[in-house]
Amino acid sequence: MVRIIVAALMTASLAMSSVWAADPIRVGAYLPMTGNVAAYGQMGWSGITVAREMKPTVLGRPVELKLVDTKSDKVESANAVSRLIEREKVIALIGEMISGNTIAGSDHAERRGIPMVSPTATNPIVTQNKKYIFRVCFIDYDQGRVAAKLAREKLKANTAALIYDISQDYCVGLASFFKKEFLQEGGKIVAETMFKSGDRDFTPQLSSIQAAKPDIIYAPIYYTECALIARQAREMGLDVPILSGDGVQAPELLALGGDAVNDVYFTAHFHKAMIETDLGRQFLARFEKETGKPLDAFSAMGADAYFLLVDAIERAGSPDPAKIRNALVNTKDFPGVTGKISLKEDGNPIKAMVINQVKDGQFEYVTTIHP
Amino acid sequence: MDISFATQQLVFGFTLGCFYGLIAIGYTMVYGVLRLINFAHGDLLMVSAYFAFFGIIIFELPWQISFLLAVALTGVLGILIDRGAYRPLRHSPRISALITAIGISFLLENLALVIVGGRPKSFPLPSLFGGVIKIAGVTIPVLSVWVFFITALLLAAVMYIVRRTRVGMAMRALSLDMETVGLMGVDANRVISFTFVLGSVLAAAGGMMWSMKYPAVEPFMGVLPGLKAFVAAVLGGIGNVAGAALGGFILGVAEILIVAVKPEWSGYRDAIAFCILIVILLTRPRGIMGEELPD
Amino acid sequence: MESEARSPLQHKTRDRVLTLLSVGALFAFLWYADHHFSPYSIRILNNIAIFIILAVSYNLINGVTGQFSLEPNAFVAVGAYTSALLTLSPEEKIRSFIIEPIVWPLSEISVSFPVSLLCAGLLTALMALLMSIPVFRVRGDYLAIVTLGFGEVIQVVANNLVSITNGPLGLKGLHPHTTLWWSWGFCVLTVFSVVRLVRSSYGRAMQAVREDETAAQAMGINAFRTKTLAFTFSAFFEGVAGGLLAHLITTISPSLFTFFLTFHLLIIIVVGGLGSTTGVVVAAALFTWGGEFLRIVEEPTTIFGYYYEGIPGMRMVILSLLLIVVMLFARRGLMGGKEFSWQALIDWTGRLIALAKRCV
Repeated sequence: MVRIIVAALMTASLAMSSVWAADPIRVGAYLPMTGNVAAYGQMGWSGITVAREMKPTVLGRPVELKLVDTKSDKVESANAVSRLIEREKVIALIGEMISGNTIAGSDHAERRGIPMVSPTATNPIVTQNKKYIFRVCFIDYDQGRVAAKLAREKLKANTAALIYDISQDYCVGLASFFKKEFLQEGGKIVAETMFKSGDRDFTPQLSSIQAAKPDIIYAPIYYTECALIARQAREMGLDVPILSGDGVQAPELLALGGDAVNDVYFTAHFHKAMIETDLGRQFLARFEKETGKPLDAFSAMGADAYFLLVDAIERAGSPDPAKIRNALVNTKDFPGVTGKISLKEDGNPIKAMVINQVKDGQFEYVTTIHP
Repeated sequence: MDISFATQQLVFGFTLGCFYGLIAIGYTMVYGVLRLINFAHGDLLMVSAYFAFFGIIIFELPWQISFLLAVALTGVLGILIDRGAYRPLRHSPRISALITAIGISFLLENLALVIVGGRPKSFPLPSLFGGVIKIAGVTIPVLSVWVFFITALLLAAVMYIVRRTRVGMAMRALSLDMETVGLMGVDANRVISFTFVLGSVLAAAGGMMWSMKYPAVEPFMGVLPGLKAFVAAVLGGIGNVAGAALGGFILGVAEILIVAVKPEWSGYRDAIAFCILIVILLTRPRGIMGEELPD
Repeated sequence: MESEARSPLQHKTRDRVLTLLSVGALFAFLWYADHHFSPYSIRILNNIAIFIILAVSYNLINGVTGQFSLEPNAFVAVGAYTSALLTLSPEEKIRSFIIEPIVWPLSEISVSFPVSLLCAGLLTALMALLMSIPVFRVRGDYLAIVTLGFGEVIQVVANNLVSITNGPLGLKGLHPHTTLWWSWGFCVLTVFSVVRLVRSSYGRAMQAVREDETAAQAMGINAFRTKTLAFTFSAFFEGVAGGLLAHLITTISPSLFTFFLTFHLLIIIVVGGLGSTTGVVVAAALFTWGGEFLRIVEEPTTIFGYYYEGIPGMRMVILSLLLIVVMLFARRGLMGGKEFSWQALIDWTGRLIALAKRCV
């Protein structure tokens, strides 16, 4: 009896899977589901899966998503891409969430001619000299520039102090672009301090910043460190505004930072208050219903990477990677969740940027800037 | 550099030094008795932080009870690790136990990763420890005062145990010659278990205070403090309890002062401990308070 | 036994011929793989060769000489950076150094791949030599903690010296020079040199130091020099392996060389049997190949229609449990300190045939 049931179940599942296996279009996702930036990967993945539910087929065929965890690590990212392309035979890739891992993963995709769309890898190098690598986010040149303008014009800062993570390419790049622009705009950098991922005590760095009496602190870092830095700064009575980048927009910033992160400003990809497309409104409703969580920037960006890719496959009219690549380059005013996206030949989008602020333990929308 | 700035840095340095010292005492005791670098010591700090976190947040216990439970559970974990992983290797080449210690360390970190996930949790701060005191332009966090007194108290307790009690005498004897002491009728295994409990309790106390000071609890939080505390133990003279505390103080103050005075070097901060280690090995391998060459 | 009738000299010739033949067979297989295997399989084959180099040289200091050391991630980093900086074209260097331009001599230098590997090995060996002086002056466990700390320092330095290493951005756009010929060529060379070294009088001194340092010294062995030799020798090959690794993955950065790499090698040499080159070679191949399959426990998969989430971090839990279990219950590892020899293989096959005959 048991054997019959098992046999029946197996046949059923085989039949089921063969319906689904009716030539699915395989898209690979390589994301940091564990490790020090796991929050980005988990948020991005929930955005991608909800987006897939909203648009499960393309060219009349189901889209099959294959996820590989990169553990927030570069070697694992390179391995993941090679595995997805050669073992899983994916025809396009989504990932990674941070720049270093995307750079590590992109080499192989480029060589094999598989198009890749990164949701949030912002370092300029990511798409440099690459034909097949794209992203749906702004790049750090622009982010640093906008932050410097914001500091000079809105926050009226004449002097700034820098604190950043010396072991993260994202942080080092953003700090240097900000510095360049801030100096050009007539500002002065009065202190420049660093730390390394894993450090938890920032008191001496903050003390030297306090002694330099800056008008603002620019801290282009990830959420955990930003929360701890804000706490330690406020505790020692260092009350100047903190300006940061897109990396801090995670619930952990609010949970770990508590009251101390109030009034942290940051340049960001997205705030749900700025949604202006139909797709954005539908996605917002669906996402919040399914996950029971407020829509965050990384989920929205993950969804946009998926929507944009599926749209390009549709326009390419075939699952041929080279054709998808050409369709991606010709993306014009795609109405994504986070706004209208056009891709340039260099793989980077033309896109608006958002300024957010932490207020009463919430991310609040301040303004949108078109760089 | 004015006086209040310097005093401020000393306050910060002492706080950090207390942490290093507290963790280093546990390291040095286990090393002193067993000649084993217990690589998992830093991870006990992480485990205790999770215990306390779960007690307060999930089981909604008052923090006093959670803290006590966390200390007790970490002590038990210390015994279990010794029984399960180190005791069977007591008569094997030392390299075996060292490799096992690294295995335990990785096991604890990754078990934590599997069970609770990698995203950092916010550790609650009881109001008793919150706030700051301001004296003449110097900010002293209330927690720092607590950390200082608790470290001093625990150090005094450990020194009393090691110097004045029977079990302490047995510990000192074991560190000199394990086999002979066994022949003299001392139950070596019980004394070693006790050493592990004591070391784990110190790690747990350090873990909870560390998490209140730097409230991001995650599976790899114990690695860096563990490594630095070991350097502190070598600096003070490995095997010497008071030396470990002193080494911790020196390392903490050195790290803070160098970064505060030379902020452009702040990127090199984590290399300071290593440079100190090399200098000690070259000039005084016994450490500041060490009496005999460990072999 | 019939083999006893032959003279040792004949055995030597026979063994030499057999060794040459098997190396020839290996390269014939590589030639086939190079032409017919998928890029993914070739990548794994390259990884296997590099891990054999690393594990065999790591085993020399840990297993053969018995000095617990945790250096590979640091030395691999030094080797990888050295060789990458030497082969990168000046144009690529200008393009990727976006924070600070690269310092002068390095900005112009571009040498061939083999020369860069040699430089990588030599520089790493020099570092090991310099480190030996403070470390081996004291006996005991300081080597472990110093090498562990050195790994941290290498990362700190690589992150901070932006005008040489490009900081956390790392070096990208390396030419994929590492082919099966280079990686397996160096692999054979490493195994050959280490085996020769272990069989020489220096190698016996190393083993003597491992068994009883005091007794070895009493017999006139200079323990300091022996340990330094073993450490420097293994550092050379670890540096070369770093160069091979860099030109296999084509992008390197400080965070590549974390302690995880060392941990992985530690498991390999423990499972292979500390001190047994044969066991370590087998374990390195098994782990590099099997490590890919262990990924399954972390990935979401569908088994008979049942969706299985996959547990991130599970692979490391399994590996660390394995390490502890082997240390506790099977400390001798796969080979138990024994080495492969043609004689043993021949005897073993003979016994097998005899057994088969009896059964028939």
